[in-house]
Amino acid sequence: MMEHTAPVNPWVALAYLVAGVCFILALRGLSSPATSQRGNRYGMIGMLIAVVTTVLTHLNVGVWEILVAIAIGGAIGLVTARRIAMTDMPQLVAAFHSLVGLAAVLVGVAAYLNPVAFGIGEMVIPLIGDPFVVIHQVSRIEMGLGVAIGAITFSGSVIAFLKLNGNMSGSPIMLPGRHVINLAVLAGIIGLIAYFLTDQSGWVFWTITALSFVIGFLLIIPIGGADMPVVVSMLNSYSGWAAAAMGFTLHNTAMIITGALVGSSGAILSYIMCKAMNRSFISVIAGGFGASDAGSSGGGAAIDRPWKRGSAEDAAFLMSQAEQVVIVPGYGMAVAQAQHVLR
Amino acid sequence: MDFISILSIFVMACFVGYYVVWSVTPALHTPLMAVTNAVSSVIIVGALIASAAAGSATSKYLGLLAVVLASVNIFGGFAVTQRMLAMYKKKERPAAPVSGK
Repeated sequence: MMEHTAPVNPWVALAYLVAGVCFILALRGLSSPATSQRGNRYGMIGMLIAVVTTVLTHLNVGVWEILVAIAIGGAIGLVTARRIAMTDMPQLVAAFHSLVGLAAVLVGVAAYLNPVAFGIGEMVIPLIGDPFVVIHQVSRIEMGLGVAIGAITFSGSVIAFLKLNGNMSGSPIMLPGRHVINLAVLAGIIGLIAYFLTDQSGWVFWTITALSFVIGFLLIIPIGGADMPVVVSMLNSYSGWAAAAMGFTLHNTAMIITGALVGSSGAILSYIMCKAMNRSFISVIAGGFGASDAGSSGGGAAIDRPWKRGSAEDAAFLMSQAEQVVIVPGYGMAVAQAQHVLR
Repeated sequence: MDFISILSIFVMACFVGYYVVWSVTPALHTPLMAVTNAVSSVIIVGALIASAAAGSATSKYLGLLAVVLASVNIFGGFAVTQRMLAMYKKKERPAAPVSGK
């Protein structure tokens, strides 16, 4: 038995629990401006505890390699975060999600290639023939789900990034029969994960991964640019579920607690954002109902409400004529530092 | 740990996540999303386990690559959140002395 599958070291479990509590306080703190800075600090502390604990329990090999890897990633992350323009923030967050998705896929692949070391498989030595490794059935499902969700997060976030960054048209791209295609691909993934239970051979695993990359792409391309913030938040939720699924595979409570936390809060946040924008959650997620071909769906009429886009001069004219002006503060206003003027 | 106790932890954590964000002010949606993103890089724990696992060089390097990706997200995610929050903080600061007088 390897270290991390042996009866859990109580100190490690305790440290992971503390990290989990820090993350909860982080999310809680971010819900009000007064406590938000403290909340962010709690998040950093929680992450530090989780990383240090994990490194300390795996001191057996290559600590230097790990530290170098963290230093490289950290430097890239910090420089990007400092340099990026405030208005480019949504696409940066989308790009960051794709990294989490890809990391989840890589961890899943690593676990698949080396199941014995992860404690999710056993070496079987038959009387005749070569020894082979059997992966536990529960682990196969967890691993399949983790890789699938990770891959969807990755390709979906890449598309969201391209759309927000303007590398790709923000308008919805409608494939003919896309709902049928999407359902077929999804059914294929689920079917293959079920089949993975009886057959652990490589083609099943790789097909699950490939199909999941495809479905992530297909799910996001029909969604228009205006709905992207909700999609980014939804992908955030997916990245949490991917982390949780990998946590199940590796029997790691830190990943399970945090993944579940991010997964459910991300889903709620997307729902709240939809409410704030007066959009139906289901239609955003199902994709592109706001576009012209969606007249068939019942929700279409409610969504196609009129809106106007004007220049600053138009706005100034309208406001000077108006008796009452309602200003809805949001992220854009903070970016423009307009709150000082308003006061 | 057996599957059921892991599952219980998972379900409880889902509920905590569900209740903790309901009261968020609309102005903080984007920062909250940024911090949740930073927190989701807890996948680095899995990446670290993968890069420390003995037996397969390929899976070790995949793990190290995942460590790099996740740490971009950790440092970048928290730094970006801090930058965003700094803008909200300025809103509070000048207000405090004015209301005090």
